[in-house]
Amino acid sequence: MLGTLFSPRTLLLAFGLAAVSWGACAAEAPAAPSLEERLTALEAYVNNADPGTALTGVPGPGHNAWMMTSAALVLFMTLPGLALFYGGLVRSKNVLSVLAQCLGIAGLVTILWWAFGYSFVFGKSFTESGSFLGHFLGGTEFLFLRGVGSAPNTDYAFWVSHNVFAMYQMMFAIITPALIVGAIAERMKFSAILAFVTLWMVFIYFPLAHMVWGATGSMNGVWNAEASIRAIDFAGGTVVHMSSGWSALVLCLILGPRIGFLKEKMAPHSMVLCMVGTGVLWAGWYGFNAGSALAADGVAANAFMTTTVAAAVGAFTWPMLEWLTRGHPSILGFCSGAVGGLVVITPAAGFVGVSGAVLIGLLAGAVPFFACTKLKGWLKYDDALDTFGVHAVGGTMGALVTGLLATADVNANLTGAAATKNGLAGLVTDGGLWFEQLKAMGLTIVLSVLGTIAIAYLVKATIGLRAAPEVERQGLDLAEHGEEGYIY
Amino acid sequence: MKLIIAIIKPFKIEEVKDALAAIGIEGMTVTEVKGFGRQKGHTEIYRGSEYTVDFLPKVKVEIAVADALAGKVIDVIVGAAKTGKIGDGKIFVLPLEDVVRIRTDEHGDAAL
Repeated sequence: MLGTLFSPRTLLLAFGLAAVSWGACAAEAPAAPSLEERLTALEAYVNNADPGTALTGVPGPGHNAWMMTSAALVLFMTLPGLALFYGGLVRSKNVLSVLAQCLGIAGLVTILWWAFGYSFVFGKSFTESGSFLGHFLGGTEFLFLRGVGSAPNTDYAFWVSHNVFAMYQMMFAIITPALIVGAIAERMKFSAILAFVTLWMVFIYFPLAHMVWGATGSMNGVWNAEASIRAIDFAGGTVVHMSSGWSALVLCLILGPRIGFLKEKMAPHSMVLCMVGTGVLWAGWYGFNAGSALAADGVAANAFMTTTVAAAVGAFTWPMLEWLTRGHPSILGFCSGAVGGLVVITPAAGFVGVSGAVLIGLLAGAVPFFACTKLKGWLKYDDALDTFGVHAVGGTMGALVTGLLATADVNANLTGAAATKNGLAGLVTDGGLWFEQLKAMGLTIVLSVLGTIAIAYLVKATIGLRAAPEVERQGLDLAEHGEEGYIY
Repeated sequence: MKLIIAIIKPFKIEEVKDALAAIGIEGMTVTEVKGFGRQKGHTEIYRGSEYTVDFLPKVKVEIAVADALAGKVIDVIVGAAKTGKIGDGKIFVLPLEDVVRIRTDEHGDAAL
């Protein structure tokens, strides 16, 4: 033991290291941070602010812990939350196809995100180099997650590891195309879904997510001092719910209705699975909304409360309207109202107070209820599981209501440095924000609708969109996946 | 011998079984079935979609008995299964040509 410790090689190594570190010290001679600087950095950690000279490049354990928890919660929303919510609503012959679509999207989007998705959304090299692409996309500096390590990327969060931030944002990229599955369930073939989602992510999601959340995003009113549309979207009303909902409507129209639509019984096969999925979605949504503060701070705490209140009020309002108009408060009504409340509060969660959340819950219980029960019946489109009725209608309403109810009282960033420079702060105080929100909503709808038309017809012309009629009759589970959901 | 087929409300099966056991009936076959009569079906609503469900769940009880017992068995089933509301079900009585106990190869009344 002693022999190895004092062997000539160990001694040589020790001297070598000492020489190298002596050399480094002599070259840079960094002054150790003063006590004052170290205290300032610690205060910054507590206040989720810039650490200054000390503690740079170090993630804050509390903020990091909450963001890792939040990332897991948002993944939990898709697997199994949304998978069960949708899986219960289809007929038993198609339950596995929905699970396969959610799982397949999780894998596919992760690969896209690693390769270029994250870089396209959260990079900024296109803007910095003056490229035209900078209007729509981030940059190339993070391709293959190059350089995305555990030190924080202070463009987005002072105390959250860059890799945790990248994984957290990836969970949003996974659930968004999975929401579209609801509209085209029970008839679109698996290969077509994968092809559609790949193109949809590249041409619709990545640009939208960049414009709304990227540091150089043109619709990022809160954080980009140069934003041309001074809009706000806390957790993804436009990026997640409007984009998926409007695209879902267009895709289900191009795809056509299920065989037997409005003639045969297409009732949900398990309201039990649907309710379990709803509970998972609700719990997971705390990661989605409160996590969108990108810190375990006061804004996150406010978002936690508004999310709870809006979901509960929505979950109560929808079935009460059913009870009044149709005689029964249904389980699907409770579930739909809860999801509706969560969708509508999403863009607003960190910008409105609790009274705003109650109002949002009431609207979320009533307006999507009308869209799903009346509008759909009049227009006769086969949005199988109401992705449009809940996510597009709820998301669009949420984006607008956020513009009317947002207040700097709950989120000081609305009047922060970037918001003051680009004019958002003035709009929040004088009430003009709703018009900027309308611009963002218009851009989102135009991009989603036109993009989906192009992508859907491209996939239709190449590999085709629909499963063969006999496959659709037999059920997608057996024909496309070689398995059955239930063996009796 | 008679074969008695009774279609009854599912929640009445325990009462019917106990009442039949009380008069010495030692065997029956029970099946979960679906069907409709004058009661017709019901309506289910899922968000905007309304579906009429024609077939309602019922329980079918099959009992083979000696001719002399048939009338009493029918009375007992009616007594136990009746609620007085629409959908109580029906009893069908058929002549039964033969019965075989597979274990012993007995035929007729001896096999009941």
